[in-house]
Amino acid sequence: MTDHDRTDTLIPDEGLAPASTALPTTDVMEELATPPRSQWRDVWDQFKTHKGAMIGAVLFIFIVAAVYLGPYIWTIDPTQIDIRSRNQGPSFAHPFGTDQLGRDILARMMSGGQTSVSVGITAMLLALFLGSFIGVLAGFFKRLDGPLMRLTDLFLALPLLPLLLVMMLLFREPLSAAFGLERGIFILIVCAIGITSWMPTARIVRGDVLAIKEREFVLAARSIGTSNSQIITRHILPNVLSPIMVSATLGIATAIITESALSFLGLGFPPDFPTWGRLLFDGVDYLQQYPERVFWPGLAISLTVLSVNYLGDGLRDALDPRIRGR
Amino acid sequence: MLNFTIRRLVLAVPTLLFISLVIFLLLELAPGDPMAQVPLTVPPEVKEKMREALGLGQPMHIRFWKWIVQFFWIEPQVLIDHIFGTTFSEGDLRVISWQTRSPVMDIVVQRIPQTLWVVGTAYVVAILIALPIGIYSAYRQYSWFDQMGTFVSMVGFSVPPFFSGVLVIVIFSVQLGWFPSIYDTTHVVNDWDSFVVQLQQMIMPVMVLALQITAQLSRFMRASMLDNLNQDYVRTARAKGLSEYTVVMVHVLRNSMIPVVTVIALGIPAIFGGAIITEQVFKVNGIGQLLIGAIQANDLPMVQTLTFIFAVLIVLFNLIADVLYGILDPRIRYD
Repeated sequence: MTDHDRTDTLIPDEGLAPASTALPTTDVMEELATPPRSQWRDVWDQFKTHKGAMIGAVLFIFIVAAVYLGPYIWTIDPTQIDIRSRNQGPSFAHPFGTDQLGRDILARMMSGGQTSVSVGITAMLLALFLGSFIGVLAGFFKRLDGPLMRLTDLFLALPLLPLLLVMMLLFREPLSAAFGLERGIFILIVCAIGITSWMPTARIVRGDVLAIKEREFVLAARSIGTSNSQIITRHILPNVLSPIMVSATLGIATAIITESALSFLGLGFPPDFPTWGRLLFDGVDYLQQYPERVFWPGLAISLTVLSVNYLGDGLRDALDPRIRGR
Repeated sequence: MLNFTIRRLVLAVPTLLFISLVIFLLLELAPGDPMAQVPLTVPPEVKEKMREALGLGQPMHIRFWKWIVQFFWIEPQVLIDHIFGTTFSEGDLRVISWQTRSPVMDIVVQRIPQTLWVVGTAYVVAILIALPIGIYSAYRQYSWFDQMGTFVSMVGFSVPPFFSGVLVIVIFSVQLGWFPSIYDTTHVVNDWDSFVVQLQQMIMPVMVLALQITAQLSRFMRASMLDNLNQDYVRTARAKGLSEYTVVMVHVLRNSMIPVVTVIALGIPAIFGGAIITEQVFKVNGIGQLLIGAIQANDLPMVQTLTFIFAVLIVLFNLIADVLYGILDPRIRYD
């Protein structure tokens, strides 16, 4: 109900009594009794109607929970070698079987998932931060717009996968020497994916900021002397939150795929620290005898990415005020 | 329009120079030493001579300039010599691979046909599948066909090629034994039987690549058709009494194709990059596999040249897409 409807009902037909003294009708009472709905409530209601997105959200939460909480239930060490029970099929002791060194595949899937999911989320956060930062700067400050957008165009013209491979090749050893093998490669992969995937976010955020900074509420904030940094944090950023959230979901998906691709090409994590991509890469050698070893990690990657993509799709619909409420 | 094209072409030069500088500087930081494989019995002064022979002794900017000259000036001359039998490039130093000690471009030229065959066929197949799916999904929006299309393209987006590729190998070559799992590039097609063999070995890589491209293109085609289907000119066309086929396939399709054509052009370099993984899965010895091999062997000139070729492809097809957009849609002539 808009304000216009309300004033219509408030003013009695005779037009004698002023609106303020008129007793509200029961209809209006009811309407006023319903508490104002917050924006996020509306978003949630719209999100719930998107079946695929709901399934995706549940699946993603399930995968993340299984990967992080699973090891507390399934306590076999993923690196424990039991050479006598190698290459076993599924059994109660090893539901997914064991690999060529007798390591439990279920445990390896969980620990691999931890790495894959955390790489995905961290790289997404880095890309999001860079993208929003550059997008807001370019959109808000006219002087920075030209140079920053040229920079974005240049980055978009870089061949990303080859460059990622080159970066992995060059910085693998210095970084693993500096931070330890696992953490060094984690930092390397996260940084490499982060600085090669911020460009779409920057473009979208810049476009939105350009439109929002001309609105009246920004003018009002400026006229009461709000500083630029406060306008950005208090007025602009909350309003560009929805495109940022949508690109966040898509960012997780691309980061997970990129990390797996690097591991699959043998340039990601070393074999002692399995990720889903690495497990798949290791499984390819035993493709003919044990095809299920390729199947499980591949399925895990695909399901995670699929659920995140559906989540993003639903979020995009839910956050779009033009679609919401229809 | 011509003005715009020329301006874009001129702008492409600094872009390419910047990219080549980025690639060069990135490789400059490489810790790998090409002399690492040389036996320890070789005296240091000989090693120094060998380094200089590889062009390593000089300062960075001179080497960058030399590489630029070799790539943009000498290699085109070699190409001209090759085509017309002239001798412009005789005695000039070309970009030399550290792996094979032969010119990088010669190896690249050997590898390109394999990549082009697989990637090109996949792209054509994907376009042929994606366009009808997109058109029909838009025409019957929210029908079961459309819902299926949405789901399949979501799956196509989400299943990475290194999984779908391995999956089809498990199903079609390990279990069913229909197709070979390795792409044999030495296979020569000279009669019907060898053609069938070539077809069999191409089906799997092409299908894996095509699934991804189809997923993106069909969604794009659908969105573009939906934008146009509710426009006034469509109602006018129907009101004139044109057949439904003419309305959809002539009036709507032609207008919807404008953005799709540019997306197709923009997608070509991305496909070359994405084909790296598919080539690795099916052991196609194209340029993607060449790049991986060069990276693993620390062959920096090769890596540099190949990465730069990918960059040239991206810049070139961005340019083509922009120009095509202007040609196809008169409203967007950048004059």
